[in-house]
Parts: sequence; C-alpha cells; structure tokens
Amino acid sequence: MVEIIDLYKKFDKNNVLNGINLSIKEGGIFAVLGPNGSGKTTIIKTILGMVIPDRGTLKVFNTNIKNNSAYRHEIDYLPQIANFPSNLKVSELIKMIKDLRGKTDEDQNLISKFKLEPFLNKKLGTLSGGTKQKVNIVLTFMFNSPIIILDEPTTGLDPISLIRLKELIEVEKNKGKTILITSHIMSFVEEVADKIVFILEGKIYFKGSIDELKAKTKQQDFEHAIANILTKNHA
Amino acid sequence: MLKILKYSFFDLMRSSWSYVYFAFYLLLGIVLLFLNNDLSKAVITLMNVIIVLVPLIGTIFGVMYYYNSKEFTELLLAQPLKRSSIFLGQFLGVAISLSMSLIIGLGIPFMAYGLFKSNAIWDFSLLLVVGVFLTFIFSALAFNIALSNENKIKGFGYAILMWLFLAIIYDGLFLMSLILFEDYPLDKVSLIGTMLNPIDLSRTLILLKLDISALLGYTGAVFKQFFGTSFGLITSFIMLTVWVVLPIFRIVFKSKKKDF
Amino acid sequence: MKIQLGILLLLISTCFASAQTLTVCKADCDYKTIQGAIDSSQSGDRIFIKKGLYKESNLIIYKKSLHITGEEGTIIDTQQNGYGFSVEATDIIIKNLTIKNIEVSYTKEYAAVLLFKSYDFLIENITVENAFFGFLIQKSKDGIIHNNTISGEGLAEADSGNAIHLWHCEHIKITNNDVRRMRDGIYLEFGSNSYISNNYSTENMRYGLHFMFSNDNTYENNTFKANGAGVAVMFSKKIKMYNNIFKKNWGTASYGILLKEINDAELKHNIFEDNTIGINADGTNRITYIENTFKNNGYAIKVHGACYDNIYSKNNFLYNSFDLSYSGNLNSNKFENNYWSNYTGYDLDKDGIGDIPYRPVKLFSYLVNRTPESIVLLRSLFIDIIDFSEKVSPVFTPENLIDNQPLMTQVTW
Repeated sequence: MVEIIDLYKKFDKNNVLNGINLSIKEGGIFAVLGPNGSGKTTIIKTILGMVIPDRGTLKVFNTNIKNNSAYRHEIDYLPQIANFPSNLKVSELIKMIKDLRGKTDEDQNLISKFKLEPFLNKKLGTLSGGTKQKVNIVLTFMFNSPIIILDEPTTGLDPISLIRLKELIEVEKNKGKTILITSHIMSFVEEVADKIVFILEGKIYFKGSIDELKAKTKQQDFEHAIANILTKNHA
Repeated sequence: MLKILKYSFFDLMRSSWSYVYFAFYLLLGIVLLFLNNDLSKAVITLMNVIIVLVPLIGTIFGVMYYYNSKEFTELLLAQPLKRSSIFLGQFLGVAISLSMSLIIGLGIPFMAYGLFKSNAIWDFSLLLVVGVFLTFIFSALAFNIALSNENKIKGFGYAILMWLFLAIIYDGLFLMSLILFEDYPLDKVSLIGTMLNPIDLSRTLILLKLDISALLGYTGAVFKQFFGTSFGLITSFIMLTVWVVLPIFRIVFKSKKKDF
Repeated sequence: MKIQLGILLLLISTCFASAQTLTVCKADCDYKTIQGAIDSSQSGDRIFIKKGLYKESNLIIYKKSLHITGEEGTIIDTQQNGYGFSVEATDIIIKNLTIKNIEVSYTKEYAAVLLFKSYDFLIENITVENAFFGFLIQKSKDGIIHNNTISGEGLAEADSGNAIHLWHCEHIKITNNDVRRMRDGIYLEFGSNSYISNNYSTENMRYGLHFMFSNDNTYENNTFKANGAGVAVMFSKKIKMYNNIFKKNWGTASYGILLKEINDAELKHNIFEDNTIGINADGTNRITYIENTFKNNGYAIKVHGACYDNIYSKNNFLYNSFDLSYSGNLNSNKFENNYWSNYTGYDLDKDGIGDIPYRPVKLFSYLVNRTPESIVLLRSLFIDIIDFSEKVSPVFTPENLIDNQPLMTQVTW
C-alpha cells in the first residue's frame, strides 16, 4: 500500500531522512516512533506530499506520488496541531472539507459520538484545544479511505473521547485499513499498535511487532524497550 | 481552485480587516467628494492615494493572510488538491476581496455624488482598473515573499521594504540617474525605467489621462509616439498584465517545491 | 445753406437713380460671367449672382464701388488659378458666395479675396474651401469681415496660407468667422485698432490668431482650439484679450497664448484648458492677468526672462500639472488673490483668504526644465516629497515668488 524506497531529505544542512526504506503491504496499525527530531513527522509529511524529498521514490498503491495529488483521496490525515481558519464555524468547516473531498454521511455519527452538536454553530477560533482536536478527528474519520495517518491523535482529549478514539481506530483496523500513528503516549501505542516502526537519525532502526521489540531489547515492558533503544544510542 | 478561492474569499469577507479597508475607502470617497465638492480634485487626490496605498495594503494583506492561514493551508495540503490550486485560490481570494473593497468602497460615494452624469467617469474607472491591477500585482508579490520566507517577521520586513523601494526609493534612484546622464538621449531609457516598476507604470497610465497636456510638451519622438498615440496605453496595460502574470507563475513554481 | 442742402439731396437722388443691379447667371441673364458684369458696372452698382458654378478667377475690381451678392448655392471655382477677387476700391461689399480651389504658390499669396487699399468694405457669408489664403487685406481701413467660413487642405505650413490675413490695416472688425486647417487662422501684421470677436479658429497649423507689430487691438469671445501653437501675440502693445477660450493646444512648442515682447496688455476672463502651456510669456511688461481660468494645462503659465511689472490677480489655477514655471528673477511681477487648486492651506479667520501663503513654483518644474525626460516621474510620491521639502525651505525657487493671499474658493465672474 505504501512503499518508500531510499528516501532522503535535508532541511538546510540538517539531514532529516537518511535513506528510509519502508514497505507496508498489509492492513493494521503501525506506530511510527522515535525521539524528537528523528524525522517521524517528516516521513508522514512526505507520504502526504507536503514535504518534497530530495531523493527517493514514494509509492502509494503503486503510483508514484511525485507531482500527483489525486492519490490523497486514499489517505485520511489527522494533523498534529489543529489550527483552523478561526472565522469559520464548525459546521462550515465540515461542509467545506466535504465539498473539497467528496460526499460522506459518516460525519453525523462522528459528531454525535464526540458530542460536538453544541459546538456546530460556534466559530473555530472560540473552541478549546480539546474540542478542536475532536473536530479534527471528525474531519479525519468521516471519509472511508484505506490509509489513515494520525499525528499525535490523543492531544488534548479527555478520557471518554480517548476511549471513543480507540474504538474508532479499532473499527477502522477491522475494515482492513492501514493506519499510521505517531504518539508520545507509550501506553496508547502499546494498546493499539500492531507494529512499531522506530526511526533514529533519519533511518529505520526497527520494524516489527511489540513482542519482537521486547525480544530485541531484552526488556519486559514496552516503555523500557523504547527507553533502552534511546539510551543505548545516546550513550 | 475555484473552491479554495471561494473559501478564502468568504473567509476574508468575514474578517474585520476587509471591513476596515472597505470603510477606509468609503470614508475617503465621502470626505473627498462631499467636503471638497470638486470631482476633478477628488480624482487627482484619489490617484495619489491609490498609487501609494493600494500597493501597501495589498502587500501587507497578502503577507498577513499567507502567514495567518498557514495551518489552514496545511490542512488543505493533506487533501487531494493540487498545490497550485491551493495557493492560486488563496491568492485570488485575497486579491479579489481587496479589489472588491476598493471598488465598492470608492464606488458608493462616487455614485451617490452623481458620477455617471459627469465626464470624470472615465478617469474614475481608469483609477479603479489601475487599483485592481496594483492589488493583484502586490498581493502576488507578497505571496512570493511569504512563500520564500518561513520567518514571519522577516517576510513582513521584506514586504515593507519592497513597497518602500517601489513606491519611493526607485523613483529617487530613477531621477538621480536621469539627471546624471542628462547629456544622453533618455526618452527610451526613461520609458523603460517606468515599465520596470508597476507603481510607475500605473502612474503613467493615469498621467496619460490627467496630464496628457504636459506630457506632450516634450520633443523626443519616442515620447511622442508613446504618449501621443494609443501605443502608450496599450503597452502600459500589457506590461501591467505581465507584472501580474510573472509573480503568479513564481507562486505556482515556488509552491511546487516547498516543504510544509 | 438751402442751396447746399439742395445740391446734396440732388446728388443723393442721382446716385440712387443711377445705381442699377446687374444679374449674373448661366442662362437668360444679361451677364453670363461675373467678370463681364464687373466690367460693365458703374461705381455704386449692385451685382447679383444667381446660383450655379462659375469657373472664373482673378476677378478684378478697380476703383469701383460695388455690392456683389450671391444667391444661395453660388460657387466660384478658381480652378487653382490666381486670386478669386482682386479689389482696390472703396465701399465694397462681397456677400453670400462660395469660393473654392485657390492656387497654391510658393512665391505669391493667392487668396479668395484680395483687398488692397480698400476702405469701408464688408465681406460677409463667404465660404472659402480648399483655400491657400482666404482673405488677404492690405493697407485697408474700416472694414467688416463677418460670418465667413474658411478652410484649407494644406498639409504643411509651407503649402498653406492664412485664413484672414491683415497687413497694414486699421479699424477692421473680424467677427463670427470659422477658420480651420490653414497656416494661421487670423493674422494681423501692422494692424491697429481692430476688433476680433466670436471667431472659431481650429486645427490651424501654426497659430489660431497671430498679432505682429499690431497695437491697440481687442479680441474677445473667440475660441481657439487644437491649433499648432494657439495664439501668438508678438511685438505689440495694448492688446485687450477678453473672454476667449484656449483649448487643447498640444505639442512641443504649443501653448494657449504665446506672448512675446508685449507691453501694456490686459487678459481678462479667458479660459485656458488642456493646453501644453497655457500662457508662454517672454519679454512682457505691464500686463495684467485678471480673472482667468487655467484648467488641466501642462503648465498654466511659463514665464521666461525679461518680464517686468506683470500682475496676476484673481485667476483660477485648476489641476494643472504645473501652475507656474519661472526662469530668472521675479522682476516685480505680482501674484495675489488667486485660487490655486493645489493649495493645501487653511482659513481659520474665515475671510476667504488662506492664512498661509502659496508657492506656485515647484522644485520639480526646475528638474523638468533641466532634464525633460524626468516628466515621467510627475505625481510620483518621491517627487511630492522633494516638492514638499522645497516648499518648507525654498532653495531653488525664488523666495519671494509667492501668493501671499491665496483664495479659498474659485473666482467666479
């Protein structure tokens, strides 16, 4: 579904991606992890076409994404910081995104799931961070695309919404979709992720299941496994 | 692109800045006309204002809108939309809403004053056309600057600098070089110098209307052909169009290569 | 006394008795040609020309008083051969004719009507088409030239003449004529005490009206539009110019009026609109400019050297690119109580006069004089800034060139 071959990207003199090779052929939840500045977001953004790689090929469903925009119909993306045009009302934003991407009825379910009805006629600028994130989630999940990319999806969510989000992710996974997640909340990752893609200094350091990671680092629990990788490499 | 244009346009139409801009022109028109009671004088004053202020406001608005809608842009970038349509849509949204504020803001008082019965209507329409051109040119230039500068403060600085250069400094250097080389035939040079600055270009267009008597007082054959025939008018309009098209091309080109 | 009166009455009655009307037409008339009628006429006779096309030229009237009138539709085609009428006589009337196709010559001044040493003449309702010269009037007095239309088709100054050309004439009234596409519209050379009014002079290659060495003349209510160089008044004294309109005289050496070596003239109630230069003054003394309007000119007034004691008062200067260009010293010329549309002062005491003086000369006009191409920078913000700084502290412009009492509202009359 997503195939990354030999991807390089430099920002100024800073090599962010140093030859990434990643192939995701099956459905499931992939957690992209790594220390700050390791290139997680850059990878996600290259997949989305927002960052243009210096070198390398990126294919989504076997089409090269270079100078292409139509492939993004296959991807739902939840951006990290949800800052929307503050003059728009929530309902207008949802309408607009539908207008840009195509029709869907899923939004009504999602709105009731996250209890957003009272906010529909409020301007986005007046919403709290958590509510904004809920709107963000609605916008992401209302289209039924085979690939879903979630960049820090848990930011600002209350426990109930977090549970709803997990349910959502589970439902989508069961549809056989590919879901890429970045998160700093290790418990969340451990709970939802099928596979871990660990990035270090612009390269894929590890790709496999959580158990494989534990085995590799000889650690009992996930958080320590991650910490182990980091301390070992920083030492 | 049209969808983006629509949303940017309505977004801007709701922002208070558009109203401030609109109200400014409304007030300007009313003050000029009803306190002065002299249409010709109003048109001349308006020309001075339009030539200086429209570029400034187009520049500031363009830069501001670009930086302010950065997150929105990123949201759009993840959608199945072409980059060129996103940025052109936003640019057109800014340029069109500014032009609308200008046209309606000035149009209402002038219409109320009875412009249609006056022969100043051509001067006035030319003024509006030039204003719209300048809005498009300078918001496009502003988008260019913003696209090339991640840093907001830097971007603003460059934009203001560009305006200052084109509105004032350029003419100073221009005048100095004309005086310096006054022993040489300069009519071609001076016309080319005019073409290279959109503010000068617009000024020339208005001069063709308001000051044709003075312009025809000079001997150079090139001058005579330029100001005496429709050649000057046509050339100026072509150049203005070039000035709109070139920055737009760069927006498309630059946006394709940019990382977000 | 009684006898004298009787003789006078007798004389008059014999005059009337002997005056007869000779009729010219193509058929069934006593005379088939105009020249034939003229030759047969006595002094004091009338000649009536019925309508038709007469291919005649060089019609000579010598020392005979004749009243020649045409019927409507009477056309004399001189077929590019010399003059139309060539007259030397007193009490002459030529009326209601069309004269066309006057010969173009580089050595002789062929005209539709030539008057030489003629007194008490009236030329009325004459249409001259394809003229070289229209009316050429020399050493004549006490005439009226009224309601004529003269137009030429010359392409250059060299192959066209003047519509109405007076040379050494006095007391001539030139009224309600329409002159166009000639070299000069109306030209007075050594003419005096003449009165020129209600004429329309346009598209002439040189001047709409031209005075040379002509004193004590008045012209008023005329319109001069789109002539090569407007009106020229040169080497003349005591010319009165009232209520004229000078319009759209565009070009490198073009102006509403050129004043050169003029003394004691008066300009009042004239309108100068859309001219490259409204008034170009060079060597003028004791001229008063009162209640004139200068609107949309490149320069309203351009003053060259050697102008003394001129007064500019109560004029309207409206939206000119430059109100005034000045070379040399002020030479006791005065600007007072004018209305300047560029004036930005205020009138706190509400007496209708601005509280701060106005400086009509801009620094930029000096720059343009020096480097003409810099005109493309007209109305640039940069230029406004340097003009402003010059206004605040004059360096290049004469300190005392100033209107101390600028009006707050336009002058009306």
